[in-house]
Formats: sequence, structure tokens, C-alpha cells
Amino acid sequence: MKIFKGRFFQNLIMWVNGDTEHFLPPADTKMMESPKVPSVTQTLRPLPTKDEVFLGSFTGLSIFLVIGLVSILLLTTYNLPLFGDPDNPVVNEVIKRYVEKGVEETGAINVVAGMILDYRAFDTLGEASVLLLAGTSVMMLLLKDIKNTDPEDDQIAAYEMEIEERNRDLILQKITMILLPAIILYGIYVVINGHLSPGGGFSGGAILGAGLILYASAFGTNEVRKIFTMKTFKILTTSALMTYAICKTYVFLLGANGIDTRIPLGTPGAIFSSGLIFVLDVCVGIIVACTMYGFYSIFTTGEI
Amino acid sequence: MLPLHYNIPAISILACLISGIVIPLLPSERAALRLNLTVSGFVAFLSAILLYKVVPNNEYFVYTMGSFPAPWGNELAVGPLEALMAFVFGLVTFLSLAGGVQTLFHDILPGKRNFFFTMLNMLLASLLAMTYTNDLFTSYVFIEISTLAACAIVVARDTPKTIGSTIRYLALSLLGSGLFLIGVVLLYCITGHLLMPHLQMQILRLIATGKYAMPITLIAGLLFVGIAIKSALFPFGTWLPMAHGGATTTSSAILSGLVLKGYIMLLVKIFYRIFTIDLIRSLHVTDVMYVCGLIGMIYGSIEAYREEHIKRMLAHSSMAQIGYIFMGLGLDVNLGIAAAFLQIVVHAFVKPLLFLSAGRLSEIYNHEKSSYRLRGSAHKDWVAGIGFTLGSLSMVGIPLLGGFLAKYYLIEAAMQNPYKLWPALFTLMISAVMNALYYIPGVIAIWTRSELSTANPVEHNIGFTWIAAPVLSIAVVFLGVNGTYVMEIIQRGLALL
Repeated sequence: MKIFKGRFFQNLIMWVNGDTEHFLPPADTKMMESPKVPSVTQTLRPLPTKDEVFLGSFTGLSIFLVIGLVSILLLTTYNLPLFGDPDNPVVNEVIKRYVEKGVEETGAINVVAGMILDYRAFDTLGEASVLLLAGTSVMMLLLKDIKNTDPEDDQIAAYEMEIEERNRDLILQKITMILLPAIILYGIYVVINGHLSPGGGFSGGAILGAGLILYASAFGTNEVRKIFTMKTFKILTTSALMTYAICKTYVFLLGANGIDTRIPLGTPGAIFSSGLIFVLDVCVGIIVACTMYGFYSIFTTGEI
Repeated sequence: MLPLHYNIPAISILACLISGIVIPLLPSERAALRLNLTVSGFVAFLSAILLYKVVPNNEYFVYTMGSFPAPWGNELAVGPLEALMAFVFGLVTFLSLAGGVQTLFHDILPGKRNFFFTMLNMLLASLLAMTYTNDLFTSYVFIEISTLAACAIVVARDTPKTIGSTIRYLALSLLGSGLFLIGVVLLYCITGHLLMPHLQMQILRLIATGKYAMPITLIAGLLFVGIAIKSALFPFGTWLPMAHGGATTTSSAILSGLVLKGYIMLLVKIFYRIFTIDLIRSLHVTDVMYVCGLIGMIYGSIEAYREEHIKRMLAHSSMAQIGYIFMGLGLDVNLGIAAAFLQIVVHAFVKPLLFLSAGRLSEIYNHEKSSYRLRGSAHKDWVAGIGFTLGSLSMVGIPLLGGFLAKYYLIEAAMQNPYKLWPALFTLMISAVMNALYYIPGVIAIWTRSELSTANPVEHNIGFTWIAAPVLSIAVVFLGVNGTYVMEIIQRGLALL
């Protein structure tokens, strides 16, 4: 194996091994031993490093890029058809059928509800899953585990919690007691009237979630935990989304194959009408409310 | 009543969604894992049936989601190409999960594994939906889902480094979705439609009258840039190495092998079914793709050459491979697009094979990641060693392996366009040499005996040794030997798009 002894082959073997140390110049032993004297360059402000120079040019470049992009987009918007113009290409057979035949075909007086939960329900199924995914990713990252907590932090948090428990704001609590029933009732009203009036699952769910957050901030998350725990959260969101997905799977598969789904549309205007839209609205409402409160609770305390 | 196999696309998407929703409720992680494996295997099986039904008859069908037809409801459009991609997505997800599950259980904390499995299922659902959809807005919704799920499976490992790289990934990914959404909105404003065939009709009408020429150019650009950011084309791909290199093995394999390709599939579908490929060529979008692809090939190779962390090296190499794909798409000939799709399929099998083998090798050596420290690891698990070697040789382009055929077709396509021939040939040559320069040392290192390679025997990893590695290796060899069949399917699919 004499031929592998040469300097070239030694270098090659080192390089194959990914060992870069070999190529570095030998360290100057004298320099390392000399006592540390602050040099002139250390007392002065340090020169910008390569990264800092890069970041500096980055700011300038990005401003330039953003201005360019904004002006192009504004110019394009200027060239777009006018809103409300009868010649606007958006006014076509699509919109016409939604508005003219929506009530007859979906049973929902609120055209928007009919559009998002019946005509284009597949998109809305995706959007509802986005909410579940957002909640799940936040839980994945922020839920307390051994990696992101240590006993000291827990002690501090418990101590702060204690102080907070003792100093609850009385005014906030009293006003919450007055407002909360109205907020919850209004939220439920918006959700279950989604097919009759403006509103629906998304907006009603947001109202319900805001009510829960108000309650939690007045009385503490511990108080909410008496009725709303991690388990309720999981069961409510997944079963609501599950109901949505299964109902819609049924409709998609039967509808595509041209089989009658036999879902009664009811009389438009009655509370129990418009077939599945009512059910789906309730499901979406539950998901939105739970996700909103879940975000609040996980971001503040790390648990639900 | 439709033929039974028409229902397969809808069933695959909905099965993935529903199982993703159920998983948080399952009592144990093992149950979640089994459900996940079952669903992805089921999707692969169904898609294989669909492929078998669709290819001989050259079928291209449209499936309404629900009872409302074309411009009012949502639709799926399915042909041979879509079925092929769905089959690859399902199969590779199954194999990546089966092969990487041991590392996954090491990397992710017990309470959070079920969340990870939810994300995997949703990711598969979004990939399938992006492949099958016939509706631009549905594709946007599922882009959103895949963005969230992809970021979540990176951050699931929960180390400071992965959190940092995920923030970068999330920021750039959201920028991409934002640009795509602006494009969709502008397109709706000037056409009034969201379904692809109707959009195409309106756009051809607008082009004929010469109205809104500037918005149409801008929209094509916005949709292209939005997707290019997400599929890590050269100037936008800086997030990829850290995100893919830092994640757990399964995530890296799926992200590199599949997620990037899902977006490219959608991009091609948009080009063919909305703008028509001739219009895209006359708008010079393909020229941009060609140039960015060429630079990306060189840049990714140089970065990979300088990297010592083995998974980050593979991630950099993914960036170079994305360059190959976009170069193929940008060649302005139909064979180039078909060659790019062959490259997509080959890379979808090779990169997971490399990631899983590298993950297995580092698992043997106490999760060491630098290629220097992995010396001799192949002697402790020769299946992983052979997997890594096969994958590397395919990347370099040795005949009888998939990578060779993909490069061969890319060159053949480049021959048809004299203006783009020489830069493409030259860059392909440099890139192939660079590939050899960074893959072969790794292969030599893992087969060189060291004192560690004679230490105690290692724990077995049944999923990797008996399922993932053999199937992926066979697929790589099969693509190299019989790749012309796959090419035939791709060409038929593209002709029907």
C-alpha cells in the first residue's frame, strides 16, 4: 500500500472523509501563547461582518422590490373592470344562477350560505380543515412538554397565577356577568340563523369564541376549565368536522353519480330548512369557537 | 350512474381528510400509525386501479363534487397523468412512513405524535387535491392546507434549529400563497370564472380581442412565482436546505420527494388547462423557468458539495433536482415537459430512498449526521448501505437506474430546441460531475470500515429493512429499465390535459 502514502493521496483520503481540518494552515503557536493585550481594533467599533453587509443591502433591495411590486399591482388594478359595471365579466351565468335559483336549489334564503355550504362545499370543507390544522399546529408547538418547560418556569407561572387569582378585576367580572349571556345567545342566534340571514358558522363561531375569551380573561382560564377541558376541545372540534366531512362525502358521492340524496330542503325561511346547510353551519360554528378559544388559552397558559 | 372507478379520486381525497380528522381522538400512537399506513396504502392501491383503467382507453373525465355541474360547483379532472402522480404520492407516503417510523418515535415527544400523523394525512389529502382539482380556488385552499401541514411536520421535531428554519419556511411559503391568491383574484376579476375550462375559454377570448393583455401577463407571472417559491426554484429556494435537512426522516423524505412535486403538478395543470401552453410560451414564462432552472442546478450542486451534514447535503441536492425539472419545463418542447415529469417520478422515489437510508445509517450511529462520522455504518446495516449507494448512483446518472433515463430524456428534449440546446447540455454535464463529486465520497465513506462498524449489533428496523428500502430500490431500478412505459403514460396524460 505504498502508493497511498503520498501527500496527494493523503489529501484525497482526508477529503473523502470530509475532514477539512487538514487543509487549514497550521496554527501559529507563538501567537496563541502571547498574553492578551486589547488591540486597537478591539477598542474601536467592529467592522461590519459579511452577514451584516448582506443584511444592509437586503433592506435596501427589499424596499426597492416592494415598491416595484406595489406599483405594478396598482397599475393592474387601475386597468381592471369597474365594480358594479353591468359589463363587468363577473356578472355572468354563474352569479345569475346563484342569485336567481339559489333559494330553490339549496333552500337557503342567505345566498352566501347556499354558495359556500352547498354549491362550493368542497372549498369550505378545506377551509374548515385549515382551522383544525392551525389549532393542531399551535398545540404541537406550544402545548407544555418536557422540551419547552422547566420546573423554574412552572413555579414562576404558578406564582403569577396565584397573584392574578387574588386580584381579579371586579368591574370586568360584573360587566362580563351582564354581557356574557347576551354574547353567547347572540352567537348561537347568528350560527343557527346562518341560512336565513347574514352571518353563519364562521361569524357566529367567532362571536361565541370571543365570549369564551372574555369569560376566561375575567375569571381566569381555570374557571373555564371546569366546563371546557382539553378533552371537550378535542371531542367537539373533531366530531364537528367529522360530521361535516361525512355529510359532505355522502352528498358528493351520491350527487356525482346522479342519485337523489333524499335530503329534505324544507320550506325556505323556516328555521329547520335548507337541508344540510343548517347542520354544516352548526358544525362550522363549533369549530371556529373552539379554535378561537383554544388559541387564546394555549398562547396564554400553554394548555387548554 | 358513473363507472365505478370515476369515484376513486374523490374517495381518496375524502378518506385522507376524514382519517386526518379522526386521528386526534385515537387512544394510542400505534393506532394512529396503523390508520395512517392503511390510508396511504389504500390511496396507492386505488390509484393503481385507476391508472390501470384509465391508461388503456386514454380516458380523461371530469367528476362533479356534488350535484351541481361545471361553472357552479367544484370539480375534479382526472386523466392518466393525474392517476400516475396520485399513485406515486400514496405509495411514497406509505413507504416513507414505514421506513422512518423508528426515527420518528425517537425525534417526536410522545404526546405530540398523534398531531404529526394528522398532519401527514392532511398533507397527502392536499397533494391529491392539488393534483386532481379542476378548480383554481380549490387548488388555493389545498395549497393553504399543504403549507400549514408541511411547516408543522418540520417543526414537530421541536429543536431550536428546526423552529428557526420553520419560521423562515413559513414566511416564504406564505409569501408564495399570497402571490398565488392575488393571481387568482385578478383572474376572477377579468374572467368571472374559477373553473379551469371556463377560464381557458375566457382567456382565449380576451387574447383574441387584445383586452387586458397586461393583467394576463401579470397573472401568469404571479401564479408562476407563487408556486416557484413553494417548490424551491433557484432564487426562492433558500428555505429548503434548513427545513428539509433539520426535520425528522419521514418529513424530509415526504417534503423533498412529494410536496415540491405536488406544486409543480398544479403549475403544469394551470399552464395547460387555463393558459394553454402556447400562450405561456409566448409570454416568455418558460424562458424564465429555463434560466432559473439552469442556475438552480449549478447552485444547488455547489452548496451540496460544500455541505458536510448528510441530510442537508441531500436537501441541497433536491434544489438542484428541482432545477432539472424546471429546465425541462422551460425547454419549449412537449418532450421536455414529459421528461420533467419523468424526472419528478424518479426523484420522488430516489430522494426518499436516500433520506431514509441516511436516516437509518445515522440511527445506527447514535443519530450522528456528518458524513465523516458515518464511516463504516453500511457494514452494520447493509440494506441501508445498498439503498444509499443505489440512490447516489441514480443521482449521478448511471445507466439502468432511474436517474439516467430522466437525464437522457432531458437531453433528447433539449436536442429538439436548437436555441436552448448548448446551455442545457453544458449545465447538465457540470451538474452530473458535481453530483458525482458529492455523492461518491459519501458512498465510499459509509463502506469504509472503522472501529465502530464492528461494535455491537444494532436494533432491527423492520419497516425500513423489509418494506421501504426494497420497494424503493426496486422502483429505482424498474424506472431505469422500464422507464419508457412510464414515459408513455406521461406523454398520453400530457396530450389529454
